[in-house]
Amino acid sequence: MKYDVIIIGAGVSGCAIARELSRYQLKTAVLEKEEDVCCGTSKANSGIVHAGFDAAPGSLMAKLNVAGSRAMEALSKELDFSFRRNGSLVLMFDEADRPRLQELYERGLKNGVEGLRIIEREELKKMEPGVGPEALAALYAPTGGIVCPFGLTIALAENACTNGVAFYFDQKVTGMERQEDGWRMRTEEKTYETTIVVNAAGIYADLFHNMVSETKLHITPRRGDYCLLDRTTEGFVKHTVFQLPGKQGKGVLVTPTVHGNTLLGPTAIDIEDREGTNTTQAGLDELREKAARSMEGIPMNQVITSFAGLRAHEDGGEFIIGEPKDAPGFVDCAGIESPGLSSAPAIGKMVAELIADRLHPAANEKFCGTRRGILNPAVLPKEERARLIQQNPAYGAIVCRCEMVTEGEIIDAVTRPLGAKSLDGVKRRTRAGMGRCQSGFCSPKTMEIIARERGISMAEVTKSGGASRIICGTSKDNLQEEKE
Amino acid sequence: MDTRELICIGCPMGCRMTVNMDKGQVHSVSGNTCKRGDAYARKEVTNPTRIVTSTVRVEGGVLPVVSVKTREDIPKGKIFACMEALAKVTVQAPVAIGDVVLPDAAGTGVDVVATKNVVEA
Amino acid sequence: MKRYDIVIIGGGPAGLAAALAAREQGIHEVLILERDRELGGILNQCIHNGFGLHTFQEELTGPEYAARFIQRVKDARIEYQLSTMVLNISPEKIVTAMNREEGLFEIEAGAVVLAMGCRERSRGALNIPGYRPAGIFSAGTAQRLVNMEGCLPGREVVILGSGDIGLIMARRMTLEGAKVKVVAELMPYSGGLKRNIVQCLDDYGIPLKLSHTVVDIQGRERVEGVTIAQVGADRRPIPGTEEHYTCDTLLLSCGLIPENELSRELGVMISPVTAGPVVNESLETSIPGVFACGNVLHVHDLVDFVSQEAASAGAAAAEYVKQRPGEDAEVTLPVKGKGGVRYTVPSMIRPGRMQEEQVIRFRVGDVYRNQYISLYVGDERLIHRKRPVMAPGEMEELKVTREQLSGCPEGTELLVVIEDK
Repeated sequence: MKYDVIIIGAGVSGCAIARELSRYQLKTAVLEKEEDVCCGTSKANSGIVHAGFDAAPGSLMAKLNVAGSRAMEALSKELDFSFRRNGSLVLMFDEADRPRLQELYERGLKNGVEGLRIIEREELKKMEPGVGPEALAALYAPTGGIVCPFGLTIALAENACTNGVAFYFDQKVTGMERQEDGWRMRTEEKTYETTIVVNAAGIYADLFHNMVSETKLHITPRRGDYCLLDRTTEGFVKHTVFQLPGKQGKGVLVTPTVHGNTLLGPTAIDIEDREGTNTTQAGLDELREKAARSMEGIPMNQVITSFAGLRAHEDGGEFIIGEPKDAPGFVDCAGIESPGLSSAPAIGKMVAELIADRLHPAANEKFCGTRRGILNPAVLPKEERARLIQQNPAYGAIVCRCEMVTEGEIIDAVTRPLGAKSLDGVKRRTRAGMGRCQSGFCSPKTMEIIARERGISMAEVTKSGGASRIICGTSKDNLQEEKE
Repeated sequence: MDTRELICIGCPMGCRMTVNMDKGQVHSVSGNTCKRGDAYARKEVTNPTRIVTSTVRVEGGVLPVVSVKTREDIPKGKIFACMEALAKVTVQAPVAIGDVVLPDAAGTGVDVVATKNVVEA
Repeated sequence: MKRYDIVIIGGGPAGLAAALAAREQGIHEVLILERDRELGGILNQCIHNGFGLHTFQEELTGPEYAARFIQRVKDARIEYQLSTMVLNISPEKIVTAMNREEGLFEIEAGAVVLAMGCRERSRGALNIPGYRPAGIFSAGTAQRLVNMEGCLPGREVVILGSGDIGLIMARRMTLEGAKVKVVAELMPYSGGLKRNIVQCLDDYGIPLKLSHTVVDIQGRERVEGVTIAQVGADRRPIPGTEEHYTCDTLLLSCGLIPENELSRELGVMISPVTAGPVVNESLETSIPGVFACGNVLHVHDLVDFVSQEAASAGAAAAEYVKQRPGEDAEVTLPVKGKGGVRYTVPSMIRPGRMQEEQVIRFRVGDVYRNQYISLYVGDERLIHRKRPVMAPGEMEELKVTREQLSGCPEGTELLVVIEDK
């Protein structure tokens, strides 16, 4: 079978494009090298919907950021994921930096960001009482928001899937050849044919682009370390608190998450390894030091995990979206670093329109743009929750005691379209294992549920696909072998 | 004369003890603070023994394995032989505390018994 | 709404002992709420022996120790509900709980005993840098997998932390067929019992490296190795001392944290040192009629002491329900630790409410040899006892009698101190 469109990469951009393409009568597939959607840059970032004052006026970044941010609220309702406009603050620590703060403000105005104001310390202190003593003034952007990056990406993917897009996992694209009318793509075990390729490969996007085009791209993985604090810190910070940006991006921020945690990060270290998502002591130390400048008394004893993500920084520092001149039918969606998450809804539209202009597909009349997320019984009124448990007792059994996730939610996560196959897949969908004990108590039980629902043995359950098996065998198994 | 160095396990002091041995017999114990140390040292150098605890597979029970122990201490040198014997054992539910799951473990004359009740599924 | 005189949150060793003591005091309406599928709590996975020397004068395994208490609870016809999660306790002592059969339900309690136990410090809380592959377990999670599910979490193991669970798991993994390469301990001393170091490590030739920590974890999918390094007096790694170990598993045994999320939401005052509730002589928290015992109050090393402490809490809860006012109840004496004594439980005593004899439990912050432990009441040194050795890993206790404290004026401080003479 030949596809109309194959998208490389099931990150937030790939999934946003897939969902927009599912509005048309197109045979679309997504090839993902990992076992699940949202496994690369999309899973390890700040979860911020930027207001849009950072990017240079007139740039694609500026345009898509503002458009994406504007679209996010409606999209969060259609697709049922967590999003909140908490407003953002960019702190100025030195009077000498005032021109730079002013410049940021003016850039925001040019980009069309609504409601921007420069506020002085007194007002700042009222808005964010824990702000550091050095902060003299700030740029306040009421339209800044926070989103669950897994929630957004998974919602887009699920909706694309229900509307007919095929997702193939563990499919690492190893080669690509131009055909008479399209492309042949090879993965380790299969071959796929398609008219159009969309390159949404994140950190790897330059490799695919350079396979087909003479205008070369160069992506640097820029590692950012993060620390996540327990939900007990809810209310410690209300806004997303940035520092005036430097050369390496937007700097270290302190922000609440949509789930009530506090997040610190990221650092910015350019590395070569495209899988180098290891945190380092130096990175975590730097993070702690820099974050302490923004907010006083960060309860570091409440840290429950640290992680690192890689941003796909292209040398030009701009989103690269569209067909290279010398590779028609190959659509880049490369260099999607911050504000990529914020821009995703707009990126999806832009790429889909570009493809529609080429293929002139008919509308998919069966397209349904809404999706229900995994039901969280904790938000239901008592009576409704009681009724739910009566209908389905699995909603009465708590599996993850830190985040209070029930067996019902985990079963839903595993059995729904593009359901979770691993502990991390369950975690990203339900938060089971994301709390203060970091899955110490719930992982054996969650493994049991995954094994049962997917019809596999406990030994086959992985943390995140591939070789990431949780257990290695059964007790005394090698003692038996030796003797038998 | 041989000497053996031991750390006493009697209390948090963890006295470092030296045992002087003569032809397999304890000649003297030094470094201990109390009588318990002396007694421990003499036993440990002549006949060290341990209780072994593990699990064995259960069929038809609410749990996949049941915890077990050697009813008494067994010689330290027999621990792995005991484990190898236990690796071959599977019991049928129900299992009650004290049930013998492996008689005369590894020729020690000591039975391995269940330490937990496992009812039928 | 159902009503019980005493609702006990947690059916582990603390909850079981508290329930039995309350029943012995004549309270009939006692209910235990347990989140797991069976009573006994963490003892069910502690299949090693060494439990119960104080309580039963014999060495039992964890499940056997639990079974004795469970049998007594059953014999006493004390009600319990399994697989039941408590979601909330209100200051009016309305307990909201949930399970499969009854859904969401509320129970009105005359008194509440908190006995939720503790959890392990996670890799994230330790902030160990490196990758985040499969194969990193807290020692307790590995213990559950091995001892209750019959699974082997790994074949080549490095353990960080020499607390008792870490030591016990070094032996368990070895016996079940894994190779334990090293146990690294951040502190210059082990937090575990000497007996466990000898019988779990030395017996199997497993090296213990004091003043060492894990500085890097390698492997993207499954752990492939870890780097450990020596730490200085500031407990920061010393560059140049790194050693690499190939392994597929890292077990963490780096401390336990009382699980007081319910208590915090209820508004119970929590001690920053123990992370458990601040309690008086009756083990009553800052909210009248709410008591705490076991590892939710402060982390214990021996289950026998958990059972003892919980029995006191259960009895005190029974007294509360019976509303027998103590004489002279208004006099409150604060209890404090100083000079190496990190905390005391209780942190206040009302002589009018105390039993004949009151146990004060505490922990020291360092290893002390040939020092004295003293109790001052005001300016008077009431107790002065030589201790050959005291270590952070071993809970200490002192006993004070009602007679000794009678007549103390309000606010007289009880001070537990370490002295060199």
